[in-house]
Formats: sequence, structure tokens, C-alpha cells
Amino acid sequence: MIQVQELLVGLGSCGIAAGARQVYDTLIRELKDRGMKIPVIPTGCIGACHREPLLEVRLKDGSRFLYGDLDIGKVKEVVTGHLVEGSPLNEYLVPEKYDYLARQKKIVLANSGVINPESIDDYIKAEGYTALRKVIGTMRPDEVIEELKISGLRGRGGAGFPTGLKWGFTSSASGVKKYLVCNADEGDPGAFMDRSLLEGDPHAVIEGMVIGAYAIGADEGYIYVRAEYPLAIKRLGIAISQAEERGFIGEHILGSDFFFNIHIKEGAGAFVCGEETALMASIEGKRGMPRIRPPFPAESGLWAAPTNINNVETLGNVPPIIRMGGGEYARIGTEKSKGTKVFALAGKIKRGGMVEVPMGISLREVIFDIGGGIKGDKKFKAVQLGGPSGGCIPERLLDVQVDYDSLTATGAIMGSGGMVVMDESTCMVDIARYFLSFTQTESCGKCTFCRVGTKRMLEILERITQGQGRMEDIDELQELAVNIKISSLCGLGQTAPNPVLTTLSYFREEYEEHIKNKRCPALHCKALIRYRVNPEVCTGCTLCVKACPVQAVQGVRKKPHIIDQELCIKCGLCFEACRFSAIEITTGE
Amino acid sequence: MDRFNTLLKKWKGQRGNVIPLLQETQRFFGYLPEQAMQEVARVVEKSPAEIYGVATFYAQFRFEPSGRHMIKVCHGTACHVSGADSLDTALKMELGIGPGETTQDGMFTLEKVACLGCCSLAPVVMIEQEVHGRLTGDKLKKTLRKIKD
Ligand SMILES: Cc1cc2nc3c(=O)[nH]c(=O)nc-3n(C[C@H](O)[C@H](O)[C@H](O)COP(=O)(O)O)c2cc1C
Ligand code: FES
Repeated sequence: MIQVQELLVGLGSCGIAAGARQVYDTLIRELKDRGMKIPVIPTGCIGACHREPLLEVRLKDGSRFLYGDLDIGKVKEVVTGHLVEGSPLNEYLVPEKYDYLARQKKIVLANSGVINPESIDDYIKAEGYTALRKVIGTMRPDEVIEELKISGLRGRGGAGFPTGLKWGFTSSASGVKKYLVCNADEGDPGAFMDRSLLEGDPHAVIEGMVIGAYAIGADEGYIYVRAEYPLAIKRLGIAISQAEERGFIGEHILGSDFFFNIHIKEGAGAFVCGEETALMASIEGKRGMPRIRPPFPAESGLWAAPTNINNVETLGNVPPIIRMGGGEYARIGTEKSKGTKVFALAGKIKRGGMVEVPMGISLREVIFDIGGGIKGDKKFKAVQLGGPSGGCIPERLLDVQVDYDSLTATGAIMGSGGMVVMDESTCMVDIARYFLSFTQTESCGKCTFCRVGTKRMLEILERITQGQGRMEDIDELQELAVNIKISSLCGLGQTAPNPVLTTLSYFREEYEEHIKNKRCPALHCKALIRYRVNPEVCTGCTLCVKACPVQAVQGVRKKPHIIDQELCIKCGLCFEACRFSAIEITTGE
Repeated sequence: MDRFNTLLKKWKGQRGNVIPLLQETQRFFGYLPEQAMQEVARVVEKSPAEIYGVATFYAQFRFEPSGRHMIKVCHGTACHVSGADSLDTALKMELGIGPGETTQDGMFTLEKVACLGCCSLAPVVMIEQEVHGRLTGDKLKKTLRKIKD
């Protein structure tokens, strides 16, 4: 009989979406039916999201086995085969896990996927709240700020501002009432680091907030979470009430004179509310419009009181920094970018998921060594960093190292950590159009250039993707980009042109192909492609005929089919349906 | 209505209560009826115009009733590059509606959203509170048919 220590099931939103809840329930039932008393720990995201639902088996001898792509049937087999009979089921194991982990350094995510996020005792067992004890018992607020400065921690919300310095500003601002706000709006599409951390280890963020509040002298805190994250909101609520019960939040925290309360504010679906001044307006119950800084929130923030705003991951770094000491933390990373960064890998990457890597690692290592490269047998084309404020980095720049300054030099940005990988089937002009349509919709409308300028850029990009572009359009895009950057008030407008500028500088030939030759090399832009049936390959199975929503594919059994170009809406459903690769896509004819 | 009034009372006098109140109102009615917004305005002592101004700023708020099942199709970056558009086509075929529309029988309302935070399972769709990942047009149609039955 093997000695099982515990079983872990990843129950983050992504796991649940893949069916982890059913796997968890089945596991519990199977164990109960057999009278086996093995602890089953529901955890947050384990990281290997591409293989969800995941189950980790931990034996008393320290060995671990990670099962992936489970379903009800497979989990039953694992119970019988491995837990009862004692032989691991190799065909369901996730082999890459350990080499996937070897290149990573888990500081912020140390507990995610390891502990039960709904249990404060689990967090405490993992050294939780020891940093807070250390701070309140042995450190003055200015010493805490000094420790943060020594650590070199910079904001993980995008701009990379030194956290210790920011805390110093709020601490020295005059005012009796001060606020600390945690920015969990995570609006960049393609980013899910903050969600994972909040779902997987909410207490770490809360502990970071309490330490920050102590350092700057705040007595009230807000966590602004986007409404699309119901599970994160739920787990935060549980964590806050547990921390209150244990005296980590509230009055006389750990027996001191320090008190601090935390409220959760649910966002209402506006990307611009991730910007700090807009976020505060939203908490106050107003339209979420950014305002001119100065005054900075440190002087005049929420209800005009000095306010410190930090990102979720920034705050998650605080307890480990206090525990290990700023000096030790600063040994990780590069000269100007210390510590680790969490990235959300998605798109056309083989092993999508959450990774945490030391600063200074190259993008190539993240994408190929950890992420396993491109799905299928396609070719890498670009990686998008920083969402709508960021840019697309081409293959030849993949050796750039992950740090704030090197990434900014490429025209992209570190951003919050979303990394969307694109392959040869992604059209870069379409990607630029996609981001512009995003920022155009999300612009709050206050600044003319951001409101109208992005609209003009979008119109041009739409024209190009429809094959109606002119070469002058490229110059006009560049000119508009410069003007939008310099005449927008907040980061949304100032960075909105970045996706266009980076694709223009690294993939200019794709723009030119669209404009001059009316070709879309990625075979994506509908106006420039055609679907046709290759009569040599077509077996006449009629699957495509049935799949077509507009009866454009015609033909009878056993005879090659044809596509009526007049009727075809280029939805690609026939292409998906064909089992013989008989449908071809052509461009530029 | 009594329950709605209790809800209003709960938030009365609290700072920054406008958005939470509107959110609760929407949870209660499924959308923001004009009458309810006027009540909210009265409770927070602001003009109805101001409340309407706040409500229209945020994408979350609706001013018309929605269908019984809310379908949110993710059009975040990862979903976009993984074929979110073809899910829209499939939905159009299956339900005959596009984003922002409700089916005639009041069963489904379709919405476009940007990133549900499950990017590694792209393309994804949220039906009610449940996220469905790794979808194809076909799989999505099957899921909908299950709901219809
Ligand atoms: C349009 C826009 C959206 C933003 N969205 C976010 C966000 O979703 N999350 C976040 O932490 N910061 C976001 N920021 C950055 C914040 O304004 C702010 O710099 C950050 O929360 C500060 O925290 P940090 O110093 O810990 O990084 C956004 C900025 C802009 C201009
Ligand atoms: S892009 Fe669709 S879930 Fe993130």
C-alpha cells in the first residue's frame, strides 16, 4: 500500500472552466466509497493551465505526481490504479511539470496551487502573517519603507514605479486620514496573473496591504476588483473575515495600537478604471474619468486624502520581502529590475498558464523552454506584451531580457504580465486593428486626440484589412500616433498607439502586402481571402456542405464540392469541418 | 418592492454607495429600470441625471431587461487569436442573434466582453456564471442545445 500524504486539485476559475469541479467531487466520492481517509486540498491555479483539470498526488516519501486533462472517468482510474493498487498511470501524467518548474522561481506564487486558499490555517502554516508580526513587533514604519527601498521592488501594475519611494510619499504627506488601495482591476485582455494570485493565495495580498498600511499610516483600505472575477471576490471576502477573526485586520492589530480595515469594491466594467485616478473616482461613486496629475494620489487621492495605490502582485511581493529581507530579495533579478515577474502565457503557445520567472531571463526562455514553443507545427511570429498599451515583439528580438528597461527599448512594455503568443496564422495588421478597436471603445472620451484620434487610426486600419488601404495611410498612422501620445492626459491614450507602432516597425511588410498586393499573408483578413475546394482531394463527403451556414458550399455525395464565392461569408466553418484538408485558403488572387 | 426598499436603506448614508447600489439594483431587477434609478437618486441625494450619467459610463449596466440566460463571448486578445469570431458566427447560426441582442423567446442575450481571465483555455464563453473553455462552434452549439432542453 502506498502512503499518500495529500491530494491537490486546482480549483481556480480556469480549472473550474475545464471541469475541475466534477473531478473534485468524483474524487471525494470515490475516496469515501472506499473508506480512504486522504486529505484532498482544493487549491488555486497550479500553473499548468493547458492541462487543466489537474490533480497532484503527494506521497509521504516526498514524491509527487501531476495528472492532467482529467475527467470523471480518468480520475476514477487514478484512484483505483495509483491510490489503491499503487502504480502511477503514466499515460495521464503531465511529464513536463518539473522541467516546466525548473526555470521558474516562485516567490509570489509560492502558495498558489499548494495551499487551500479558503483556509487561513493553511496560509499560517506556510509562514503566513509572520511578516506582519515581524513588522508590528520589531519595525518602525520608516524601517519598513527602507526595507522596501532596499529590495528594489517596482510596481507590477505596468508603470514600474519604485514601491518604497511611493510608500515614502504617502507616508510623509500631511493628513490624519490615509487610504491604501489595491488595484485588482486587471483590465488588459490576455492577462490573468492577478486573478490567479487572488484566487490562489488571497491572504498574501491582504498581508501585503496591512504591512503597507502600517508603513504609510493608513487606517482604511479598498480592494478594487473587476466584476468578471466572481471567484476572486468570493475568496477575498472569506480571507478578509478570517483575518479579522484572527486579529490581523481591525482594531489593535496583533495587540498594537494600529488599526486597519479593508473593503472590497466591485468594478463595473470600464477598462480605464484601472488607471489610478479613474479608479479612485469610481470608488467615490463617480464616472471613472482620469484626471490630471499632480496632485498625485499620495497627496490627494480618495476623498482628497493621501492615498497609496498598488497592484495585486506588487502587494503580494511584500510579505516575502519582509520575511527574507530587502537585501536578499534584491539579489534576484537584474541591476534595475529586482525580484521575479509573473506572466500569463496564452495564445498559440503549447503550455499556456501562469509562470513566475526571475527578472533577467530572456523572452525566448520563457516562451520556448518554459512555454514549450508553438502549438501544432506552426511557426512563431510574435509575442504581445502589455496588452493595449504594449506591443508585439518579433522572433529576432526574442533574446531580449525580461526587465523594465530592455522591454521598453523594444517599443513594447513589461506591462502587467500578459503574454499572448502569435503564430504565422495571426495577421499583424488585424492585431493592430483589434487593439485600436479596444482602446477606441474604452477611451473615456475626455481627451480629443484619444477619443477622435484613435477612431481615425481604427478607420485606417479597417480600411487596410479590407484591402482598401493606400500607402499614404502608413504615414498618416504614424503622424496620428505621435499626436495621440503627446496630447492625451492618461496612460490609456498615451500608450494606445503602441500596438500600431510596434507592428509597423517589425511587420511593415505585412501592411505593405495588404495595401499593394491586396494579400493577407496570414490568411486571416476576410476581404482578402477565398476558400476553395481542391477537387483532387475532396472525397465528396458533404460535411462542409452541412457546415455552411449560408449554403455557399454545394455538391452531392461522392462528387467534389464547390464553393459559390458570391454567397461565401468566409466564416471558415467548412474549413474546420473538412477531415481531408480539401478546403484551401488563398489570398491575393 | 419591499425587498428593494430594504436594500436601498442598507446603503443609505454610506460614502461611495452609488455604484454598489446600482449593482444591487441590477442584480435585483436584471437591469436598471428608470423608476429604480430615480429611487437610487433619492436615497443618495443626487439628481437622477447624475445617477444616469454614472450608470451609462459603465459597461456592466443595462437599461433593458435581458434574456433568461446571459451569454458572454470573450473577445480578449487570446480568444481573438484563437477564433472568437467563429463562435460569434456559430451563435448567429444557432440563435439568430448578434452581440447586444436578445432572442425573441427571451431565452438568451448575447454580449461581447474583453477577457474573462481564462485565456489559457481560449476561446471561452461565459454562460451565466460558468465559463466554458476550449470551444469550437460545434461544442458551443451543443452546450446551448443542452440548456434549451
Ligand atoms: C488605462 C490604464 C489601465 C490600467 N490598468 C491597471 C490595472 O488593471 N491594474 C493595475 O494594477 N494597474 C493598472 N494601471 C496602472 C495604475 O494606474 C497604477 O499605476 C498602478 O495600479 C500602480 O500600482 P503599482 O505601482 O503597484 O504598479 C493602469 C493604467 C492605465 C493608464
Ligand atoms: S482573452 Fe479570453 S479569457 Fe482572456
